[in-house]
Amino acid sequence: MILHPPILALTLAALVSAGALVAASAFAVRLLGRWNLASGAQSQIDLEKRTYLVAVALRFAMAVEIAALVLFVFNADRMSAMFVGAMCAVGALNASVYGFPALFAKIALFFGASLWLAADIVDARGRDYPLTRWKYGLLIALAPLALAEAGLTIAYFLDLKADTLTSCCGKLFTSDRPTIASEMAGLDPRMALGMLYGGFGVVLAGAALARRSARARPLYGVVSLAFFAVALAAVVSAISLYVYEHPHHHCPFCLLKREYSYFGFLLYAPLFAGAALGASAGALGLVRTPASLAHAMPAILRRMVVLSALGFAGFVLVATWAIARSGLILTG
Amino acid sequence: MSGWWARQRYLLDYASASLWRRKGRNLVLWAIFAALVFILGSVILFGSAIRREAALVLRDAPDVVAQAMRMGRHDMALASDIAKLKSVRGADRIEGRLWGYLYDTSTDANYTLQTPSAHAPDLALQKGEAIVGEGVARLRKLSEGKHLFLVSPAGRLLKAKVKKVLSPESALVSSDLVLVSAEDFRAFFELAPDQFTDIAMRVRNPSEVGTVSGKGALALPHYRFITRANMARTYEALFSWREGLLLAIATGAILAFAILAFDKASGLSAQERREIGILKAIGWETSDIIRMKLWEAGLISVSAFVAGMTLAYLHVFAMSAPLIETVLKGWSTLYPRFALTPHVDALQVTTLAFLTLLPYIAAVLAPIWRTASADPDRVMR
Amino acid sequence: MIELQGVSKIYRQGRSNEIAAVCDLDLTLQDNRVTVLKGPSGSGKTTVLTIIGCLARPTQGRVLLDGEILSGLPEKFLAEVRRRTFGFAFQRFNLIAGLTAFENIVLPAYPLAPRFDTLKARALELAETFGVAHRLDLNVDDLSGGEMQRVAVARALINDPRVVIADEPTANLDSERAAQFLDIVATLKARGKTVLMTSHDPRIWSANVVDRVVEMADGRIVEAA
Repeated sequence: MILHPPILALTLAALVSAGALVAASAFAVRLLGRWNLASGAQSQIDLEKRTYLVAVALRFAMAVEIAALVLFVFNADRMSAMFVGAMCAVGALNASVYGFPALFAKIALFFGASLWLAADIVDARGRDYPLTRWKYGLLIALAPLALAEAGLTIAYFLDLKADTLTSCCGKLFTSDRPTIASEMAGLDPRMALGMLYGGFGVVLAGAALARRSARARPLYGVVSLAFFAVALAAVVSAISLYVYEHPHHHCPFCLLKREYSYFGFLLYAPLFAGAALGASAGALGLVRTPASLAHAMPAILRRMVVLSALGFAGFVLVATWAIARSGLILTG
Repeated sequence: MSGWWARQRYLLDYASASLWRRKGRNLVLWAIFAALVFILGSVILFGSAIRREAALVLRDAPDVVAQAMRMGRHDMALASDIAKLKSVRGADRIEGRLWGYLYDTSTDANYTLQTPSAHAPDLALQKGEAIVGEGVARLRKLSEGKHLFLVSPAGRLLKAKVKKVLSPESALVSSDLVLVSAEDFRAFFELAPDQFTDIAMRVRNPSEVGTVSGKGALALPHYRFITRANMARTYEALFSWREGLLLAIATGAILAFAILAFDKASGLSAQERREIGILKAIGWETSDIIRMKLWEAGLISVSAFVAGMTLAYLHVFAMSAPLIETVLKGWSTLYPRFALTPHVDALQVTTLAFLTLLPYIAAVLAPIWRTASADPDRVMR
Repeated sequence: MIELQGVSKIYRQGRSNEIAAVCDLDLTLQDNRVTVLKGPSGSGKTTVLTIIGCLARPTQGRVLLDGEILSGLPEKFLAEVRRRTFGFAFQRFNLIAGLTAFENIVLPAYPLAPRFDTLKARALELAETFGVAHRLDLNVDDLSGGEMQRVAVARALINDPRVVIADEPTANLDSERAAQFLDIVATLKARGKTVLMTSHDPRIWSANVVDRVVEMADGRIVEAA
């Protein structure tokens, strides 16, 4: 255990948000059994009142989680100085078997919470709160994820020891052992960029389709997640090389450092927003539009699709800019 | 979006007026919050400033340092031993270092005298030249081109022209530093030409450090080998333990504050309850009240946070943290005297925000909701 | 038009001290009429006001506004209907102490977030109409009873509601002020508003401006004129 203030802060954040989600899902179980909006009974009115608390607590937890995700990566980067062989976040995350799973759990929870938030916003537009059961069902499904995230985060911090020998990003992203990371890095940059731009074409086509046709929206959700993966692969195999101006430095984390003027934030923020919006619109597209939302729901989903495509466009633009201004020439 | 913001502005307007009407009550909470941020902020700023100084020391430190030992005491290293080390595979850039301390009676201060490394061409010195740290320059009123005079304990005089004053990037690393040429150094301290203070080694492959120093120990059994990881761990153990202790105490304070905030937010006056009832009756909705109350909490906490943080900054960097110094005294055994270099980064501010704002907001959410969900028909009953 | 169909309201439902404030009540309010509910305290008239005014949901029965069913709407939408349709003047005025008359008048508009200059113009016009324009910058604690009431009425009208609801509006007023209040009611009616009041006050029941008096007892209507 290393007792840094950021570790204390992250542990606190994980406990608070997991606590909020678990308490909310306990309420969700109660709600699913008793929800009847037509009733004027006191018990129903009390349930409705409590949904306000759940809504505000989950928004708070989500804000905390997003901030914690950034702090987590930042802190891992800062801690890397303490581990032999670590030079950036990768090394610090690799210093314990729980490091990367904790990061992935945080990202998964971010997407889950985005979907819940989207469902909550859509639901509040219908006079009979038609998505309430769906939304609270989702909440119950998210609770184990939140617990896992908190558990992994705490396990990671408890497992850290200052004298751990770890490996830096140079190790992880070289291809002597077939791991996902090395596969991503080993991808030919030309092909990765081809997939990125080709994939962006598919995203645009999918968005145009999903704007018009409700049936295409789940498909767009799938396309969004696929593009998210393609984009991360492109960052590891090609874009990072251009940013570092170094033909073998494949690292998605060093981008977030001050040395590269926090370029990673500019790159990742629109990508995560685009993926979260796209995937949420896709998942909500699977729900049959309730009568009370006949007008509002398609309008919101359309807007989410457009914003998602804009997010992806922002990512592609920033990436292209990084490639264009780079001194490194990989493809001729 | 503009409609959303217009609405928030009205709610913010009401929230600030409402805070102002109950300024006495709110001021107490504000002051306690600011004090908490101040104390925690001081600990965090102080701790991370120390860490940063240590990291700078370590960054420039060699991978392995070999110290000659005689009767369990640090002894001078010999040039012949350096030659023996050169046969150890995996070690490159092996050099003898010359450094020592000098108590200067005229300014009542300790200086670190050192010769520049052969691998730092920008610091290379001729005989009769010196590079001084920012602290030395200040005490001796030196600037480039002026002359520095030093007297050794044996009475030898050193006169050197100041070639450069080091920038105060890190007070600890360079403030008390005087760099002179090897020739001057040996003459000043009366050292034989084959004597060095210790031996520095660089190891290309970080995972080989242990092996290399092991081999070195076999080649030179009367030497002690200290790796950079050893030093890092020593620093870390010392920092973590003390900072952890303070933070553990602070956790209690945060908890107590959260309970106080919860209590304050729950125990509304009858007047305030009535106001909420009126607002709801005239058309405000539960979520409007919640937002308004969150604005109140936000105004209090963010302004207290900024105030506490600013005070902590002044406390640590302008006054060298007199209030927490006693607890953190252990650090001063490492560094006899120093003023910390002002340095704040996003990580520390975010951490402090997590440790103070998060518990506060979490503590007041439920009471705010309870207040806001009062029945709107209550004012009519 | 507002219709109540078989409306009941039970407080503290399911507990030993549960109270049926209103039982199986039917009532229809026509637009642009002044209606007064009368009856002893505890007869359920204030509860009827809260149900019509969307301040509370009936335990049973239906409430319709121009044919649209309001009962069963969640609070969020009830609050929207309330802001848009109803203005309230309360028995004890219920102004917020520490704020000025102007700030009190504009409060119901905050959640709607209108442009501030439009809102200000509207508040000034209302203050002008009710003769409190010169008192707008005063703290409401420094106003006289009559002024407080006129500020409260101006506040009720700031969102231009179709229906004004007043609970015992003359209970704290002397006869001169009560007469002034009836003038205000006449103004409202002339502007096309529907007015619903509860009152103990015979001066109100017998006033010319009142179109209809409904008498209640024990949560039921006993006599409608």
